[in-house]
Amino acid sequence: MCLAIPHRIVNILDKDRALARAGAVEREIRIDLIDQVQKGDDVLVHAGFAIQKVTKEDGEELTDLWDKIREMAGEF
Amino acid sequence: MSFKTMRIMEVCGTHTMSIFRHGLRSALPKNIKLISGPGCPVCVTSQGEIDLAIKVSEKEGVIIATYGDMVRVPGSNGSLADRRAQGAEVEVVLSAAQCLDLAKDNPDRTVVFLAVGFETTAPATAATVIQAKRDGIDNLSVLCFHKRVPPALELLASTPNCAIDGLLLPGHVAVILGHEPFRFLPEGHGIPSVIAGFSAGEILSALMELLRQIKAKSPALESRYASVVRPDGNRTAMALMDQVFEHTTSNWRGLGPIDGSGLKLSEDYRSMDCLARFDLKAEEAPEPDGCICGRILSGQKEPGDCPLFGRRCTPVTPVGPCMVSGEGTCSAWYRYGRKGEL
Ligand code: SF4
Repeated sequence: MCLAIPHRIVNILDKDRALARAGAVEREIRIDLIDQVQKGDDVLVHAGFAIQKVTKEDGEELTDLWDKIREMAGEF
Repeated sequence: MSFKTMRIMEVCGTHTMSIFRHGLRSALPKNIKLISGPGCPVCVTSQGEIDLAIKVSEKEGVIIATYGDMVRVPGSNGSLADRRAQGAEVEVVLSAAQCLDLAKDNPDRTVVFLAVGFETTAPATAATVIQAKRDGIDNLSVLCFHKRVPPALELLASTPNCAIDGLLLPGHVAVILGHEPFRFLPEGHGIPSVIAGFSAGEILSALMELLRQIKAKSPALESRYASVVRPDGNRTAMALMDQVFEHTTSNWRGLGPIDGSGLKLSEDYRSMDCLARFDLKAEEAPEPDGCICGRILSGQKEPGDCPLFGRRCTPVTPVGPCMVSGEGTCSAWYRYGRKGEL
């Protein structure tokens, strides 16, 4: 139930509402839980409400994580 | 050679689902054991709370509105879905804000929002309540069963013989609360704790940080979900929650009553409190016969230990809430194989 999905703001409708897109789906969301949202911002949407702006990923390298985890587990 | 077994609890039901969906449980080294914690809001809603919702649905002129899974959770005598089949009005909403339109469209009815969920979901209820008051919508009330995650973790961490070597902390609760409310876990209880996102990569990255802490014997609070979790959380959302709610004792399925772990409407919004409106009180009710959801939610048992699992209790004929919710541990085991070995 704590699923939240990134959306891009397409249009600000009023101070509480915006139109946002995730994939091919556009829907109205509430923006009163976050400050200073603008058209083009990426936001995380949970239960119809934007709960945070999304910043760029750290760019952490994830590809070799499996090997590293196995390696570390074996070190115990 | 045998290595130490590490028991890592994923607190959040959305993590449980993601872990199963990506087959992580079966692919992990055998000595890393992932256990599911009390992080599915539907599953931790107590039997007494479900019974109360059903009682409200029997009131004249009431429309119950709630999130999808709640409708199918069996109370002591049937579910809200059963009540709907008997003629009660039960609406599924995707957002608390939909209740505002529902109330406006039905001025001669009372819309009761059955509000469940943790700190991720509670701010949406708070914003809805504030707007209802501002717009003078007086036929909307809230049956408020929101729960707070940190007090439940405090209880788990302080249980004698707590056999949790590390915690994958719920990323979206942390989006709202930030880092601080979780700091007591490593600093007070010595439990390595990492705030995690929900993709396979984000979960693995958090697991790796947990292993590092366990190995180095240096418990700390770390976040591996920095794209949305700010150290100080979402202050606007927290301020709205503070305005609308106060802390109260809440009864968790499997964990029992926990002081300060629930949210109820504060004095200024009491007129929207469904319990006050109908003069009702939450009463405790025993869990369904044979269902061990409680012990599963506290990490002591696995669904396979339940004699009803896959027999009398399946997603089509659920006995307990852990089989109803898509994020419930029993439901995940049922759908993805007993040990997630698909
Ligand atoms: S399998 Fe069904 S009855 Fe058993 S613990 Fe899970 S939900 Fe309860």
